[in-house]
Amino acid sequence: MAATLPPPSTTDQRPRIGFLGHARSTLHVVENTALQFRRALLWNVTAGFLQPLLYLLGLGVGVGTLVDRNGSDGSLGGLPYVTFVAPGLLATAAMTSASMESMWPVLGAFKWQRMYHAMVATPLTSADLVFGHLVWLTIRMVLTTSAIAVVFTLFPDTRSSGLLIAIPAAALCGLAMAMPLTAISATRERDSFFAAYQRFVLIPLFLFGGAFYPISQLPGWLQWVMKVTPTWHGVSLCRAATTHALAASDLGHAAYLVAWVAAGTVASLITFRRQLSK
Amino acid sequence: MSAPDLLPVAQPAEPPPPTVLLRMLPPGLRQVRRPTRPIERSAMVYRHTWILIVSGFFEPLLYLLSLRVGVGKLVGTVSLGGEQISYASFVAPAMMASSAMNGAVYDSTMNVFHKLKYGKIYDAMLSTPLNTADVALGEIGWALIRGMIYAVSFLGVLVGMGLAESPWVILSLPICTLIGLAFASVGMAGTTYMRTWADFEIVTLVTMPIFLFSATFFPASSYGTVGHALLQISPLYHGVVLIRAANLGQWSWTLPLHAAFLLAMTAIGMTVAARRLDKLLLK
Repeated sequence: MAATLPPPSTTDQRPRIGFLGHARSTLHVVENTALQFRRALLWNVTAGFLQPLLYLLGLGVGVGTLVDRNGSDGSLGGLPYVTFVAPGLLATAAMTSASMESMWPVLGAFKWQRMYHAMVATPLTSADLVFGHLVWLTIRMVLTTSAIAVVFTLFPDTRSSGLLIAIPAAALCGLAMAMPLTAISATRERDSFFAAYQRFVLIPLFLFGGAFYPISQLPGWLQWVMKVTPTWHGVSLCRAATTHALAASDLGHAAYLVAWVAAGTVASLITFRRQLSK
Repeated sequence: MSAPDLLPVAQPAEPPPPTVLLRMLPPGLRQVRRPTRPIERSAMVYRHTWILIVSGFFEPLLYLLSLRVGVGKLVGTVSLGGEQISYASFVAPAMMASSAMNGAVYDSTMNVFHKLKYGKIYDAMLSTPLNTADVALGEIGWALIRGMIYAVSFLGVLVGMGLAESPWVILSLPICTLIGLAFASVGMAGTTYMRTWADFEIVTLVTMPIFLFSATFFPASSYGTVGHALLQISPLYHGVVLIRAANLGQWSWTLPLHAAFLLAMTAIGMTVAARRLDKLLLK
């Protein structure tokens, strides 16, 4: 007589068809990262407000007194220096923070803790991991840039209704930098690449990407290099928003950033699948 | 014939009488014997990552280039001690001091914590004839050597870009050593109190305001009275003043006071570090 098997558990064989199923899986991945983030919440919140405040005071207000005394001969469009530099700080902060989230944490989840391998042993797929990372980065970037925007409202020269547009614009700039980097991080064996990436990519973009002075001051070839990178487009978009100078051409900046995000996501889908099917 | 005659036992050497130099040293450092051994070890380890040390040369180059073509053009000149100098020449010495600080802090906090807690390197060292003072001095010594490599390359960039204002700028090398020494000893003392990696966020929280507000990017005269008083407690400010004076070749009687601040910080840091390491490692 054959033993009767217990009825299959309904939760394990949940049919996951189509978009909704993937959306739910993605949210599981997001939840995992969010729980890790919560552990260091107090620090994240303090640093999130304090860091932009100190930078704005030091580089915006402090250096601003020197710049405004000198008179900027029109290259800043008649703006006080702190007004000019604030959107630059917003976009570059998003760029740095999103890049950090896409370097060691991604490599660690593949190589050190092997968390991604554990996750694909469940009904989650490698695509869920990529979209989970993307959604989490978006949430994280909107939180980060909103905190900075709150700090900016403390000073009359940086207070602007345009910050409401600059928040998503800066977040987009962060994603445009981070998603291609995520694709690369997935393929790394060791973390030595990241130190080089910071030194030769992030810092140059921070210094020459137009955050602190108009890129028209750079030599011609360097201007072209900067116009290819997402940073300059992000900075320009944020600056147009906070100084109420948005024009139809700024849609071009936004579209260019979206293209970087899309390309980085497709590349990540490929590298994640390849790494996890090894 | 008794056994002792056959096997002469080496008598333990008498401890040397304390000399003037030894009496001047902080008490924790009197037992230093072989501080070069830990330094040798660090050098062996770092042979594998020499490329990062070498590429450390690019960072100041990028910062100074961006200052010259960018913000420097917007600011024009800054008046310092009655002299008008370009903004890049004004900030360059401060960047040099900051890089000495950052290097020393990184080496004496993160690096030391890893060796102390995870690598158990110091436990291994202490099972040899080395003592805790050797370990402390060896670590600080290595941090200084690395700092010197960075300082020399920074000075090269500074001179190469024409930002050096006087030949006295060469004195920035020993000043960088002093800055490194002060931050490395306090950093190391602080690290002995750290429990988890999360505690290192305090390090960032302390060094970032120091970096931004030590008369680095704008002159002390624009800080106001309260700001000016606060400046005096920033160790980096004292370093910046010294390097700026060396760069311009402007000497004044207050400079020894700035150096004394950094020396005092070093002495306190080293004493605490040696004592705490004794406590942590010789349980």
